[in-house]
Amino acid sequence: MPKDHGIGAAQKRREDVRFLTGAGQYTDDINTYGQAYCHFLRSDVAHGKITSIDTSAAEAMPGVVRIFTGKDFEGIGGLPCGWQVTDKHGEPMKEPAHPVLAQGKVRHVGDPICAVIADTLDQARDAAEAIEVEIEDLPAVVDMKAALESGAALVHDDLSDNLCYDWQFGSDQEAVDKAFAEAAHVTTLELVNNRLVANPMEPRVALGEYNRANDESTLYTTSQNPHVIRLLMGAFVLGIPEHKLRVVAPDVGGGFGTKIFHYAEEAFVTFASRQINRPVKWTSTRSEAFMSDAHGRDHVTKIELALDADNNFIGLRTDTLANMGAYLSTFSSSVPTWLHGTLMAGNYKTPAIQVNVKAVFTNTVPVDAYRGAGRPEATFQLERLVDKAARELGVDPIKLRRQNFIESFPYATPVAVEYDTGDYVATMDKLEAMIDIPGFAARRAESEAKGKLRGLGVNCYIEACGIAPSNLVGQLGARAGLYDAATVRVNATGSISVMVGAHSHGQGHETAFPQVVADMLGIDESMIDIVHGDTSKIPFGMGTYGSRSLAVCGSAMVRATEKIINKAKKIAAHLMEASEGDIELKDGQFTVAGTDKSVAWGDVTLAAYVPHNYPLTEIEPGLEETAFYDPANFTYPAGAYACEVEVDPETGKVTIERFAAADDFGNVVNPMIVEGQVHGGLAQGIGQALLESCVYDADGQLLSASYMDYAMPRAGDVPFYMVDHSCATPCTHNPLGVKGCGEAGAIGSPPAVVNAVLDALNHAGHDVAHIDMPVSPHRVWQAMQG
Amino acid sequence: MTKVTMTVNGKSVSKEVRGNMLMTEFLRDELHLTGTHVGCDTSQCGACTIHVNGENVKGCTIFAAECDGAEVGTIEGQANADGSLNVIQQAFQDHHGLQCGFCTPGMVMAAASLLQENPKPSEAEIRHYLEGNICRCTGYHNIVKAIMAASGQDVSSIAAE
Ligand code: FES
Ligand code: FES
Repeated sequence: MPKDHGIGAAQKRREDVRFLTGAGQYTDDINTYGQAYCHFLRSDVAHGKITSIDTSAAEAMPGVVRIFTGKDFEGIGGLPCGWQVTDKHGEPMKEPAHPVLAQGKVRHVGDPICAVIADTLDQARDAAEAIEVEIEDLPAVVDMKAALESGAALVHDDLSDNLCYDWQFGSDQEAVDKAFAEAAHVTTLELVNNRLVANPMEPRVALGEYNRANDESTLYTTSQNPHVIRLLMGAFVLGIPEHKLRVVAPDVGGGFGTKIFHYAEEAFVTFASRQINRPVKWTSTRSEAFMSDAHGRDHVTKIELALDADNNFIGLRTDTLANMGAYLSTFSSSVPTWLHGTLMAGNYKTPAIQVNVKAVFTNTVPVDAYRGAGRPEATFQLERLVDKAARELGVDPIKLRRQNFIESFPYATPVAVEYDTGDYVATMDKLEAMIDIPGFAARRAESEAKGKLRGLGVNCYIEACGIAPSNLVGQLGARAGLYDAATVRVNATGSISVMVGAHSHGQGHETAFPQVVADMLGIDESMIDIVHGDTSKIPFGMGTYGSRSLAVCGSAMVRATEKIINKAKKIAAHLMEASEGDIELKDGQFTVAGTDKSVAWGDVTLAAYVPHNYPLTEIEPGLEETAFYDPANFTYPAGAYACEVEVDPETGKVTIERFAAADDFGNVVNPMIVEGQVHGGLAQGIGQALLESCVYDADGQLLSASYMDYAMPRAGDVPFYMVDHSCATPCTHNPLGVKGCGEAGAIGSPPAVVNAVLDALNHAGHDVAHIDMPVSPHRVWQAMQG
Repeated sequence: MTKVTMTVNGKSVSKEVRGNMLMTEFLRDELHLTGTHVGCDTSQCGACTIHVNGENVKGCTIFAAECDGAEVGTIEGQANADGSLNVIQQAFQDHHGLQCGFCTPGMVMAAASLLQENPKPSEAEIRHYLEGNICRCTGYHNIVKAIMAASGQDVSSIAAE
């Protein structure tokens, strides 16, 4: 029986009512009295020396309040990077300055040079056109290999080269060399993980407001983690103490990683509103988003797999160039290293693994985490490689995977992580049934009868969610803790506000989180509200990214609710003159075990706030508890995905005919929301595989700078998906047994799509080892021409 | 500045507007109807979809001055008279056809136009009709399903309920 209430129920989302009626409040919907508008004048060249800026004509234009340049930020901090990576020689990564407005040089198309503030947006834009900026063009470095050659132009003049760090990680060199020396077969693959633009549908917005009366600043911003922005901006950039700074992230129209980071525009409007003593609002256009939101992926990799004579995986080594763009975005340094290298074992028991990553500065938009962050890159490499190995060896790709699956848990990988639970065999069994492997031959024959090629691609993935624990990530270079917090505030009448550090930008926290608390207390969900997104209302929390909301913040909420229950039991014991140990809570009633005495939830909460008959000497009045939760380990969702494609041999066009996703997310709180998260991830992964690509020309011009040139997946590009999460192995170290589901689809789908296309082509007699994403009609057609 | 008069969600409004003011700006900034969203500057995303004289129109492609005398419908006018969700809105909630909600007003408006033109669209017809509306969150599965359900079709056999 499907549940209709509490954990496991597919409850309809309560937030939908406001979104469906146009009553949501996104940042751009907020306007404050007397606000001025900000327009950024951005670099239209990728690399150049700023020789002069003349704002005098612009300053005289109607409505102009003030124009800021890099000079106004001299002596003020730049945007910080939140993770220090140590290279293979023990040296810290290079951390060039990242000013709020360009100082001396521009380093990518879109780098902000000036900010014009005017009474209206039109006036600000008009004035920006009257600013005279002279830039002496410098040669741009775009290609990562070229950027590392000696004599390449330097993105940062104060560095000796464009290498941010050279990182190596995994098994001993000796063990890896031995595996490759002893291998019966070695499969090698070179591939690109294409650069993407996250493109949440809501463009970024920042509105800064200053109250001179109490010296307080408020920033309204499209952010996934308001407290982190407050900390970074307050402490590192502007030097404003946190108690004088409030950050509000109201309804946010999607993030996918790109709204994790602290951006120049946020610091700018906060700074400028203090300077001019007037609210300052900036709303990104989509074209601006393409050149100012952090991009995702962008790896060039060579990967090799060593197999013994029985087709067991015995060694893996991989060499990656990772693009950092022109500056280090907030978490960029961790993505190709700790979020990518540590997942290279995948679902397989390969005993020796070595990961090498060179992070490179180029004259492009900074790259940072995007849905999955590092894990999709690892999965794509590994799962394309395993497929290639299967083809070279003439074995069934599913069989080869099954043979090498990790089957006993916990399992410590050679890349430093320990998977607590999983059942990859069960997940693959489920997948095979969902996609109907036996029926494939008939479906292929049907396609062939129409003159089309059909292919089936399969892959597995593992992901690490709920990144933690703080003391471990600290050793690895994180400059922040990675816990989360929740406050459960029970009101006198028994209704509850739960203040959480997690932030919802489409994940449905307002619906799913109450399901957990309601279950624990045995009361109705309608009694519980979730408060998030405003640093003045919530405990210090780390926000939402890396599928951490439920595993980390949800666990904090469980801990806080346990404290509530403990205290409420004490109060109930007093009210019923019983011993605390005998009190039970069920269906919202406190009872004394073995008696018919009971007191309702609401009577206990009222007693806590109207403490007339109350043991004030033993228990404080009130019923409000906070918990901070720092997980013991990551969680490890895993899955197996299958894709069937039809390829038109005339045009090279690929159509997705069937897609099946079998995931292990551990326990599931709201299956409807979980399935929706998978669907969304699948579309983004399919988008990466078939359509999306962020393209620069050799001079660093961004060629894909709008929806006219960057192909977003649309309704006609994707099928109905088959998804299942019944093969659940609960996480062993968080109280909910949850693992996280938001990134799975984007991690698992690209290799399935590409493997399917290659299966179609190879079955039709084309000998094609690999096609880089996006697998566009042009690339497929070319591959078929040999 | 020109004066425009139009009916928005059944209510008559009159305002002075700049000649280059887009309908999206007029609705959002002048009338404070912020349900119509702006997701792009190239008329590709459909977040701004509204109805003008019963036609599906992207609010970012039409000037307020052009709508002088028109009958305009926005997401704020879609709910039933008693404030409850209309059939399409309800189907979106029932089938989880939205996540962050940013594309949603445009999707609902587009769906309403589609069902007006074609009361029982097939899956392929729905996907084709939504060509001009981008959603980054839902993967479209549940949006297409919601529109089928709103048109009275049985969606129980569609994978993954
Ligand atoms: S805002 Fe009108 S189509 Fe994007
Ligand atoms: S629900 Fe977020 S863009 Fe569609």
